[in-house]
Amino acid sequence: MLNTAVIIAFVLITLAQLLNLYRLFKGPSLPDRILALDNMYIDALALFILLGIHFNTTAYFEAALMIAVMGFISTVATSKYLMRGDILE
Amino acid sequence: MFFIECVVSFFLILGAFFALTGSIGLYRMTDFFNRLHGPTKATTLGVGSMAIASAVFFSFQGNGISFHEVLITLFLFITAPVSAHFLAKAARHQRTPQDQHHSHAPRHKAD
Amino acid sequence: MSCSEKKSSPRIPWLPQPVLTLVLLIIWLFLTNTISPGHILLGGLIGIIIPWFTNRFWPERPELIRPVRLFRFFFFTFLSDIIVANISVVKLILQPDLSQLKSGFIEVPLEIEDPMVTTLLASIISLTPGTVTAEVSKDQRSLIVHGLDIPDPETEIHLIKTRYEAPLKEIFSC
Repeated sequence: MLNTAVIIAFVLITLAQLLNLYRLFKGPSLPDRILALDNMYIDALALFILLGIHFNTTAYFEAALMIAVMGFISTVATSKYLMRGDILE
Repeated sequence: MFFIECVVSFFLILGAFFALTGSIGLYRMTDFFNRLHGPTKATTLGVGSMAIASAVFFSFQGNGISFHEVLITLFLFITAPVSAHFLAKAARHQRTPQDQHHSHAPRHKAD
Repeated sequence: MSCSEKKSSPRIPWLPQPVLTLVLLIIWLFLTNTISPGHILLGGLIGIIIPWFTNRFWPERPELIRPVRLFRFFFFTFLSDIIVANISVVKLILQPDLSQLKSGFIEVPLEIEDPMVTTLLASIISLTPGTVTAEVSKDQRSLIVHGLDIPDPETEIHLIKTRYEAPLKEIFSC
C-alpha cells in the first residue's frame, strides 16, 4: 500500500512542478517568476523526501535540507535585488 | 506495522494534495498578490506534512527513532512567511499590476 | 506602554544566551540523529561557542512572562488555525469562479512596540487564514496586510487584533 501511496504522491508533486514551470516561463512580472522558482525549490525538496521513502534510505536527507536552505537564501537575495534596483533608479 | 503504513500513506497523499493545490493557486490566480497565498500556505503545510510522514516512516524501520525530518518542517514554517514578506515587498516596490476591489491602505512610494 | 521597562536579568558571563545554547544543542542532536554522549558534548560546545561570537548581533529581547499562555496559544490557536487556514485557502483556490474573490490591502494598526514581537505577529498573520503581511509601515505602527478574500475589512482587522495581537501582548511584557 505504501508503494502505491508513494507513486500517487510522485504524480501529484510532478504535476505541481509542471504548473510551477508554466508560471516560471509565463509569469508576467519578475516577482511571479521568483515565486514560481521558490515553489519549485520546495517541491523538489518534497521529491527528495519521496525518493528517500521509496528507496528506504536516509541518504537524501542532507540534500533535502540543503535545497531548503538554498531556496530560502536565493529567494531572499533575488527579492532584495529587485527592491534595491528600484531604490537606485 | 500496517497501522504505521496507513498513517504514512495518509500523510504523504494529503501533503502531496496540498502541495498540488498551492501550485494550482499559483497557476490560476489572476494577480501577483493572490498568487502569493497558495505557495506560502498550502505548499508549506503540504511539504511539511510529507516530511513528518517521512520521520514517522524511518522511526519504525528498526534503527531507532529518526526525527531529523522534523527540522525540515520547522525550517519551512519559519522561512515561508519571511520569503512571502520579501516577495510582497519587492512586488510593491516594482508596482506589480493588481486588480483591487477595495484598498484601505495607500500604496506607498518606494522608500 | 510598559514595553521599555525591561528587567536586567543576571547574566552568566560565559553563557550569554542560555536559551539559544539549548536550542542549538537540540538542533545538533536532531541533525546527527543520535543521543550519544559524544554528540551531546559536541552540541553543547557548539551551543556555547556560537552565542559568544554572535552576542553583539542579537537585539534586546522582550521578557517572556507567561510561558503557559504561550504554550496554549501555540497549540490551540496557532496550530489549529494553520489547519483551518489551509482548508479555507484550498477551497478558495479550487472554487470555479475566481472573479468573486474580494482581495485587497488592509492596514492593521499595531499596539505592540517591540520589533521582535511585531515580527512574530507578522509571521503568524502570514501563516494563518487568507492573509499575507506585505509591509510594515515606516514608523512601525501598522502592518499592511493583503487578504485573499475579505468581504469586510473591519471585521478582519478586529479578528487579527483580538485573536493574535492581544495574546501576544499578554505573553510578552509589552
